[in-house]
Amino acid sequence: MKPQAFRYLRPQSLEEALAALSDTEADIRPIAGGQSLVPMMSLRLAAPSTLLDLGSISSLRGIRVDESGWLVAGSMTTHSDFEHSEIVGRHFPLLPMAMESVAHMPIRSRGTIGGSLAHADPAGDWPALSVACEAKLVLSKQGAARAVMADEFFCGIFSTVLEPDELLTEIHFPLWPSNRRWGLQKFARRRGDFALAGAIVLLDVEDDGRVAWARIVVNGATEMPTVLSELAAGLEGKVPDASMVEALLDQVESSVDVRSDLHASTAYRKELVRVMIRRALQQALPALEREHE
Amino acid sequence: MSEEKITIHLTVNGRPMQGKAEPRCTLVDFLRHELRLTGTHAGCEHGVCGTCTILVDGEPTRSCLMFAIQAEGREIWTVEGLGQEGKLNPLQASFRKHHALQCGFCTPGMLMSATALLKKCPKPSAEHVRDALSGNVCRCTGYTPIVDAVIEVSQRQI
Amino acid sequence: MITLEVSPAVEQCAQERAPEIGQNRERREDERFLTGTSCFVDDVARPNMLHAMVVRSAYAQATIREIDLDAARSVPGVFAVLGPDELAEHLKPIPMSAFTQLPGQERFLQKPLALGRTVYVGEPLALVLAESRYVAEDAANLVEVDYEYLDPVPDFQSALKDEALVHPGMGTNIASHSTVSKGETDEVFSRANYTRKETFYVHRHTASPMETRGLVAEWDALAARMRVWGATKLTFRNREILASMLDIPESSVEMIEVDVGGAFGVRGEFYPEDFLVPFAARWCGRPVKWIEDRAEHLMATNHSREMECTVEIAVDKDGHILGLRGDIVVDMGAYIRPNGGVAPGKCLQFMCGPYQIRHAAFSLRTVLTNKTPFGSYRGPGRYESSYFRERIVDLAAKDLGMDPAEFRKRNLIRSAQMPWDAGAMTPGGPVAYYDTGDYPSVMKQALEAFDYDSLQSLRGKKVDGKLHGVGIGCFVESSGGGPSESARLRVTAEGRVHLYTGISSAGQGHETVLAQILSDELGVPSDLIDVFHGSTSYVKKGWGTYHSRGAVMGGSAIVLASRKLQSQIIALLAQRSGVEKDALRWRQGAVLDEDGQVIAALAALGSASVKDDELLNALESEAVYSSTELAYTFGVQLAHVTVDPETALVEVVRFLTVEDVGRMINPNVVHGQTIGASVQGLGGTLLDHLVYDESGQLLTGSLADYLLPTATDFPSVEALSLEQSPARNNPLGVKGAGEGGIAAVGGAVANAVDDALQCYAVCVRNLPLSPDKVSALIRDARQKPMH
Repeated sequence: MKPQAFRYLRPQSLEEALAALSDTEADIRPIAGGQSLVPMMSLRLAAPSTLLDLGSISSLRGIRVDESGWLVAGSMTTHSDFEHSEIVGRHFPLLPMAMESVAHMPIRSRGTIGGSLAHADPAGDWPALSVACEAKLVLSKQGAARAVMADEFFCGIFSTVLEPDELLTEIHFPLWPSNRRWGLQKFARRRGDFALAGAIVLLDVEDDGRVAWARIVVNGATEMPTVLSELAAGLEGKVPDASMVEALLDQVESSVDVRSDLHASTAYRKELVRVMIRRALQQALPALEREHE
Repeated sequence: MSEEKITIHLTVNGRPMQGKAEPRCTLVDFLRHELRLTGTHAGCEHGVCGTCTILVDGEPTRSCLMFAIQAEGREIWTVEGLGQEGKLNPLQASFRKHHALQCGFCTPGMLMSATALLKKCPKPSAEHVRDALSGNVCRCTGYTPIVDAVIEVSQRQI
Repeated sequence: MITLEVSPAVEQCAQERAPEIGQNRERREDERFLTGTSCFVDDVARPNMLHAMVVRSAYAQATIREIDLDAARSVPGVFAVLGPDELAEHLKPIPMSAFTQLPGQERFLQKPLALGRTVYVGEPLALVLAESRYVAEDAANLVEVDYEYLDPVPDFQSALKDEALVHPGMGTNIASHSTVSKGETDEVFSRANYTRKETFYVHRHTASPMETRGLVAEWDALAARMRVWGATKLTFRNREILASMLDIPESSVEMIEVDVGGAFGVRGEFYPEDFLVPFAARWCGRPVKWIEDRAEHLMATNHSREMECTVEIAVDKDGHILGLRGDIVVDMGAYIRPNGGVAPGKCLQFMCGPYQIRHAAFSLRTVLTNKTPFGSYRGPGRYESSYFRERIVDLAAKDLGMDPAEFRKRNLIRSAQMPWDAGAMTPGGPVAYYDTGDYPSVMKQALEAFDYDSLQSLRGKKVDGKLHGVGIGCFVESSGGGPSESARLRVTAEGRVHLYTGISSAGQGHETVLAQILSDELGVPSDLIDVFHGSTSYVKKGWGTYHSRGAVMGGSAIVLASRKLQSQIIALLAQRSGVEKDALRWRQGAVLDEDGQVIAALAALGSASVKDDELLNALESEAVYSSTELAYTFGVQLAHVTVDPETALVEVVRFLTVEDVGRMINPNVVHGQTIGASVQGLGGTLLDHLVYDESGQLLTGSLADYLLPTATDFPSVEALSLEQSPARNNPLGVKGAGEGGIAAVGGAVANAVDDALQCYAVCVRNLPLSPDKVSALIRDARQKPMH
C-alpha cells in the first residue's frame, strides 16, 4: 500500500502557502497532520500531484482567547494541544473532554483541527464540535479571506466549501457562557474508533432551570453534522423533564436522515441516535437521568 | 512516475543520520530499508494497528502516517534506542519477565507506546495503561501480560 | 581408555539440578524481539533484489478476455511483468495436505494464477517485478484487465441450489458430501422424551496475524538451487510442493524459516505466491522479495469459520443426552485449499464434544462460493462445533428446567469411562479415543473458580441499565497431530548442544520450551543449548507446527534423539575402555561408571571430538518420533457478560478458561497461549467479521473495518491450566495447549448473551454478536407478541 508519487512543498509562511495554492491549474493538496490523508494516499484513494506541507507554518498553530472572550485557534493546532491546553480547559470545558476520546495518542499528537474540518469525515469529532459551538471558520486565500459559519462549511461526506486556492486558517469559537451545560456522547465499537452515532448537547440554563438556549447536533449517523433545530426549539423556554424529552425524541426519529453501512443498519443507527441524544441531555441535566430510571 | 530522491537528515536514537528517499517514501520504510533499522515494523500501513509506533520529538507517532521527508531535522527514537550496549532497559526486562510478547512483531510498537506513556504518566493505573495501549494491536498475548509488565515498571520507578 | 581432563565444570554437571520441565523460564527468543534485532522476512535483504507485487482480480466472478501488461512493463524501474503467457504452462494445481480429506474436494484445487477467468476478488492475475515496491504498485495499477462480469455465487445458500456455478466445468458447487454416524441415532430420537432442532451460524472471520505473509526467493543458477526465506509451519511439505512445481529435486530447494509474526493456522500452507515468487526469482535471475500488504492480506490469506449447522438433540427423561444429529454446510470460498478438509472434518469430529453421547449422525457439505478460499484457523472446527453443540445443549437445559451447569455435569464423560470411544466421526478417519481426563473434576474447579453459584441471582437481571448473563462452553480438544517429527542433536567443540527440530515457530516459544525438554533429557543446563527450528536444512525430514504438536511431537522426538545420543556415546566409550555398555550410565550430561565416577562429560567430549572422527559421529544423533494417537484435553470456558439494551453493546465482565492440559513444560507459555487464544476468540465472536456484498466484493478491506480486539476490549480474561491428566501416549505425558483457549469461546459468550436477554425471549442463533446484530435480535423480539 504505497502512495503515488508527488512533488513536495514545505512553505515556511502562510503567504508562501497561499501563493502556492493560488496556482489553481496545479493539483495541490495541503497536508496538515496527515492522519486521515496519508492512509487515503497509501490506499491510493487520494493521489495529489503536489503535497503542500503546512507543518512549518508556526503562525497557524496556537490557541488564544480574544478580547471578546472568543477562543481563537489556528488551524494547525493539534487535538493534543486542545486536550492539554489550560486556556481551553478553563474557558471551553467541552473541548478537552471531547479530545480525550479522539482515536489514540499518536493520532492526537499530529492530527489537527483544521485537517479534521477540511477532511469532513461524517464521523469526525471536530466537524460536529464546531457546528455545535457555532464556530466561525476563516478561509484564506492569497490577498483575501472570508468567514464561514461551521454549519455552512460542510456539504456532504468528505465535502466542504473550501476552494482549491483556499486554506482554513483560523477557527473562532464564541464566548462560552458561564451558565452553559453540555453533554457529549458517542458510541463506538472500540476505544478510539469513529462513532457509529454521537450527540453533542449545549444548554444555556437559567437559575430557575429553564433552558434559555439549546443546540443539539448529531454526529456520525448522518452525512454531515446535523443540527436538530426542532428538538432545540422544543426545549427552549421550558424546564425539561423526561417525558418531554421522549416526546421530542419521537419526532427526531422521523426527521433525521440516518445512513447505513456494514457496521450499523439504518434501524440500529436510529436507535443509537435516540440513545445518544438522551444520554447527552442527561449528562447536561443530571436530573433527567434520575427521572428516566 | 517516481520523484527524485532527497537527502534527509535526522537524529535517530541520539545519533545524527541521513538517507535518501523520494517524497512519497513513508518514514517507516525509510527507517527500515534506507537506514536499515529494521526493529520498527509495518503491520497495516494505514495507521490503525500501531505496530509502526516510534517517538518523534518525544511524541508517540505512527511512522506509516508520516513521510520521511517530514522528519527532516527531527529527533526520532526507535526500539533500537531503548536498551544500552546490549542490555535490556527496565521496561524491556519487565516485558520479558511477564511474558508480554510471543511472536514479537507488535513488540517494538508496544514498547515505544509504553515508553511514551511512562514519560507522561509515571504511575498509571492498569486502566490507563490499557487505554494508552489501545492503539497497539497484538494478536498473541491478549494484552494482560503487557499491562502487567508496564505496571511493574511504573511501580519500581521512584 | 579415554583419559579426559576432569574439570570443575564436570563436577558441576554431575550434580543434581531441578528439572526444567515445569519451570517458568524466561524466553530466550525475547532478547532479539525486545531489542529490534529480530529478523522477520521483510528484514531479509538479498543483493540485487527485486520487489514483487501481485496484480489481483477486482471481480468475484468474471471471464478474463485479455490482460494488457504493456503499460505496466514500460514503467521505469519495472524489470518484468509475468502474466499468463509466461506462467500458464508452469501452473500446477496446489495439492491438498494429507490431513483430513473429504472426497470430492480434490476436484476444486487452485492453480497459482487465474487463467481466462477469475473466481474471487483478490485472485492473482499477474506478477510485477520492480526495483521497489512503490514502483511495482505504480505498474500494477496500469495493468489493464478486460473483464466480462458474471453474476457471482455470493453465499452458501445460493451455492447449494447449484444454479449459478463457481466452476462451470465441474457441474456443481458442492465440493464434498460426507456422512458419519455412530450408534442407532434414528432409534434414540424416536424414543426420546425431548428433542429440539435449531439452526446456528458462525460467520466468516480469520486470524489476521500482525505480520502479513511474505517471501524472499533466490535462485542460484550455477548450482540450480532455490532458497526461500519466510517459510513456516509446513516447511518440508511446502518444499516438496514447490520442488514439484519448479520441476527440480526436493534436495535443490531450501526453505528457511526466519522469525514469524504469528501464524494461527492461516500462514504456512502452500499459497499461490509460494510458487509465483520463487518462479519469478528463477525467471528474472535476481532475488525477489514479496511482502503482502494488509489490504491484500484480508482478501488473499485464507478465510475461515463460516459454517451453518442444523442440529437436533435428543434427551431422555433423566436429562441424559441420547443423541445428536444434523447437517453442516461450510462456505469454502472459490477453491479448496490444502487444508480445506481440516475445519469441516474436525467440526464433525467434535460435535459430541465431552458428553456421553453414543448415538450421533451428521452430514457435511462443503460448498464453493465466489469468496476468498477457506483454510484452517486456530482451533479449526472446534470453535464452530463447540458453538453449535453448546448452544443446543443450553437450549435443552433451559427447556428441561435444568441449570446449564447441572445439565452438563450430568452428561460429561466420567474418568472411569476413559479411554472414551468417541466413534469414527471424521470422514474416512479412525475411531477416536479420548485418552485421559477427569472431566467432572475440571468442571467443578471451573465453576468454583468462576464463583458460578454467586452469579445466579444476576442472570437476566438489569443492574445500572445493563442486563447480566452467564454462559458456559465446554470442549474437548485434540492435539499432538502426527504423523511424525524429527529432532537432531549435535554436541559442539565448545560443549554446547545444538538442537535442530522440524517444528516451526511463530511465537509459541518453542525455542525455550524445546530447550527445557532437552535440558532435562540430557541433564545439561538450558543455557548450553541452542535451538534451530523450521528450516529444511536442519533435519532430514520434518513435519512442522500444526494441531498443537510442538511439545508432543517435537518434544517426543527430542526425547528419542537424546536417548539415541546417550546410547551412542555410551557404546563408544564402553567399546574404547573395554567395559560392558551396561556398566556405564548417563547422568546429568555425563557418562558415569559403576561406582558413579564421571568418565566423561559433554564439554570434554565435545572438545576431544575435534580430532576424533569416530567420537564426532557419536556426538550427533537424529531421531524421528511417530505417532498417530492424539492426546485429548478437556476444558470449560465461562463468560459473564452484560448487554446494554439501549446500545446493544455486549461487554465481557469476566471470561475464564479452565483446561486440563496434562503436563506443562513452561506454565507461563501455556498461560500466555490460552489468554491470547481467548482474546482472539472473544474478538472472533464480537468484532471480527469478513463481510461481502452481493456482488462478491469484500467490504471489510482494511483494519478500519475488520475489527481486531485491542487492550481495552477484554480486560478481564483469565486462564487456569491444570495438570491432572497427563497423556499416556507420548514419552513426555504432555498434551498440546495452544488452541484450547479459543475452542468454546463462541459457545460460552453466545450462551451468556442469550442468558442476559432472557427478558426478551431472544434466541441467539447467529454470530457475530455485534451491536448491530444484537440490536436486531432485541428489535425483532420486541415486535413479536410474547406468551
